[in-house]
Amino acid sequence: MRTTDQYEGIIAEITAVPAGGDYVHAYLARPAGPGPYPGMVLFHHRPGWDDWYMETALRFARHGYVTICPDLYCRFGHGTPDDVAASVRAQGDVSDEQVVNDGRACVAYLKALPYLSGKVGLFGTCSGGRHAYLTACRTTEVDAVVDCWGGRVVMAPGDLNDKYPVAPIDLTKDLSCPVLGLFGNEDRSPSPAEVDRHEAELNKHGKTYEFHRYDGAGHGFFYYDRPAAYRAEQAVDGWTKVWDFLARHLG
Amino acid sequence: MCTTISDHAAVSGSGKQGGGWFRVEHAHLAYDHPSHAAFEHALLLDFAGQAGDRPARLAVELSLDSARRLAEALTRTVEAAEAYERKLDEQARAGVG
Repeated sequence: MRTTDQYEGIIAEITAVPAGGDYVHAYLARPAGPGPYPGMVLFHHRPGWDDWYMETALRFARHGYVTICPDLYCRFGHGTPDDVAASVRAQGDVSDEQVVNDGRACVAYLKALPYLSGKVGLFGTCSGGRHAYLTACRTTEVDAVVDCWGGRVVMAPGDLNDKYPVAPIDLTKDLSCPVLGLFGNEDRSPSPAEVDRHEAELNKHGKTYEFHRYDGAGHGFFYYDRPAAYRAEQAVDGWTKVWDFLARHLG
Repeated sequence: MCTTISDHAAVSGSGKQGGGWFRVEHAHLAYDHPSHAAFEHALLLDFAGQAGDRPARLAVELSLDSARRLAEALTRTVEAAEAYERKLDEQARAGVG
């Protein structure tokens, strides 16, 4: 618990993370101190590497996490976040393989830092929730994952293609860490029925998970910059669940 | 992408962005999370092209209902314009007008 006579500081800047012979830009925010601190990788949402994700990285850093948020659209060029997101849409989206590779590269980057405790978690919302879950199923190097309303974890066979070759739910058997899921009961992607299917798959494979489902909330209820989506009461409780879950698994 | 709904049309014309015009070459359409409009999903319509050596984009994010009204109005206007063009062609061939 913070006290008012306590020093704190954050160091935050854009950096470049080596990723598969290339580099991906990333926002790195960390507590100003020697550590050791646990790490977090944030997977941004469909509207891109935007201000909400920069501010969320700072929030994680204030809570004691060395936090890195890669620009998953980095290879599509640069401009304002919404212009870049439009370019990604026009070019048919970023591939799951690219995102997973960038996520794993960020985990490796964090683990090489001298002030890291050695434990790393993943967090994402919307498509980022899906990407965080997907990455957690394809690495054994992480200790917790937070999936906030990740859509298309459950996918119909007709939705699979070269960019999304496997539905994340079908990789659940390989999930290597506990998962926290936060969902709105008024969301239609993922729908409550899809969340049920995801939960059943986690149970089937004996995975450690917590799912919390909120009445009166739809998609994106953490987004204070989107008045139509934001639900203050549910967001406050959801963040409490995030900090509690991460403290237990990364602390 | 949170939906997989997208489409594209090659177009030719001009668009205005800020104080300047640019050549429009593509129209990209999607139904996905908007960046600004206050909807969970919106019809995203981008007119894209080049402004000199820089990429340029004119963007609108529309509710589904208003996108339908736009599509219908666009179709009506295009059909009226095509009829007008046919009439001019017929008059030219007949040597009148």
